[in-house]
Amino acid sequence: MITHLSRRWGPRLQPLVGALLIIFLWWFAHEVKLVDPVLLPSPGESLDAFWKGLTQGTLWGDFYKTIVRTFASFIIATVIAVPLGILLGSSERVYRSLEFAIDFFRSTPASAMFPLFLVLFGVGEATKIAVAAFGAGLGILFNVSYGVMNARKQRQLAAKVMGASSFKVLRDVTLWESLPQTFVGMRSGVSLALVIVIVAEMFIGSTDGLGQRIMNAQMVFDMPEMYAAIFAAGALGYVLNLLFLVAERRFVHWGGK
Amino acid sequence: MRAAHLQAVASGPSAAPAEAAAGHRWFPAGTHITVRGLTKRFEGGTLYENFDLDIPKGKIISIFGPNGCGKSTLINMMSGIMPYDSGQILFEGKEVRESRIGYVFQNYREAVFPWLRARDNIRYPLQFLGLSRAECDARVESLLASFDVKLDLNRYPYEMSGGQQQLVSIMRALVVDPEVLFLDEPFSALDYEMTLFLRDRLQKVLIERQTTTLLVSHDLDEAVCLADIVLLLTKRPTHVSEIVPFDAPRPRTVDTTVTPEFVRVKSHCLEVFQREVRKP
Repeated sequence: MITHLSRRWGPRLQPLVGALLIIFLWWFAHEVKLVDPVLLPSPGESLDAFWKGLTQGTLWGDFYKTIVRTFASFIIATVIAVPLGILLGSSERVYRSLEFAIDFFRSTPASAMFPLFLVLFGVGEATKIAVAAFGAGLGILFNVSYGVMNARKQRQLAAKVMGASSFKVLRDVTLWESLPQTFVGMRSGVSLALVIVIVAEMFIGSTDGLGQRIMNAQMVFDMPEMYAAIFAAGALGYVLNLLFLVAERRFVHWGGK
Repeated sequence: MRAAHLQAVASGPSAAPAEAAAGHRWFPAGTHITVRGLTKRFEGGTLYENFDLDIPKGKIISIFGPNGCGKSTLINMMSGIMPYDSGQILFEGKEVRESRIGYVFQNYREAVFPWLRARDNIRYPLQFLGLSRAECDARVESLLASFDVKLDLNRYPYEMSGGQQQLVSIMRALVVDPEVLFLDEPFSALDYEMTLFLRDRLQKVLIERQTTTLLVSHDLDEAVCLADIVLLLTKRPTHVSEIVPFDAPRPRTVDTTVTPEFVRVKSHCLEVFQREVRKP
């Protein structure tokens, strides 16, 4: 009976082992006072702060702000970068001439661009969203261009030989061919947007958002509150990634087959 | 190199002009594809130089020759997939883009569209003919019926076996009722059982439809067995080495390959081929 149950539930529960282990170590460190209890509250206290913050406190408000900013910047990035990536990728010569510029800015830490964007967009909502959109957009652009450039030539030829115009080859074959790589770009783009939004909230004059909340909690040594906000940020990142994986599996059903 | 006329019986070049649509070039009656002065150079070499060829209408022609002689390149240039340096290729006096053609690639995995169901893959080229939806469905159904095969067309290519995928790819090429069908080693990525099955069905459909077919093959048995005419090519710079007719009755099966006539034609082709390969 027990072996039957473990066989049935074992694989599903397996991913939780690591999480439980971390919580146990955290709890253990707290119990034996390995770290100052002020700096490391018990898992229970932190969970309590998370739950209360969401249901009664202001955590949900900050959480919501961060979600909105991340999505806003991601959507701006996608709307600009996907068509542009298709355009660049369709002409290998154009892409090759811009590759260095794209790679350079893609490799530049977006946080280094904060001052520039502050000058351009002022101290406000626009700057945070613009920096995040910039960072995410370059990643998406790069991936979409590569997806379009690396589309299987034979499938394009197959469409062409059947009588498809260049526009139809692009629409019916190349775009589909680039879809898996586009999803890779979007998935890493949304993660990057979240990172930049959180950092922007921490350092460029914010009054709300998870980044600002984490900073504030740390400054007043409200550790349960800080861990709660960190956990919220982590959960958000995880769920976003999961969301895109599911979407990818749904829209690119032929991927990897 | 003189024009290689594949027709043994049809009228010669001095025959009356065929009924070509106005504005189209003259072509000898019964000839489907005329290749004149075809030249193709690659970096550091000439593949075709002033190559002439006439392909008769409604026949199955196998193309066979040494490695690197440009068998696939020839049908790629004919079908418009690959550009050529100079010369002219006409289909009953028309350019390739004015003709309906079908092309089957060797690598079916990278030829079918995995984002479309099998049915939509087959239906894809029909959009360029401007048919109604009902007509499209009817075409697919009638083609499926001529192949006489059980195939779930609602599946995606990656849910099918290799042979089924190639069958989808062949049906996609045939659904437009092409004037010319090009087959680039269509069976060489399949297992033997599947190859025999597909050969059999394809032959049946091609005979029914009287479609001019060019088959590139590296398997001499296959080349001879399916062909009305075997076109043997030389090493590069490539020209026609010999044109060998094979008139065995159809449908041809595995049994055909043990008849004395088949053995004679095959041995002759092999002899010509080996003579070519041994040339310095």
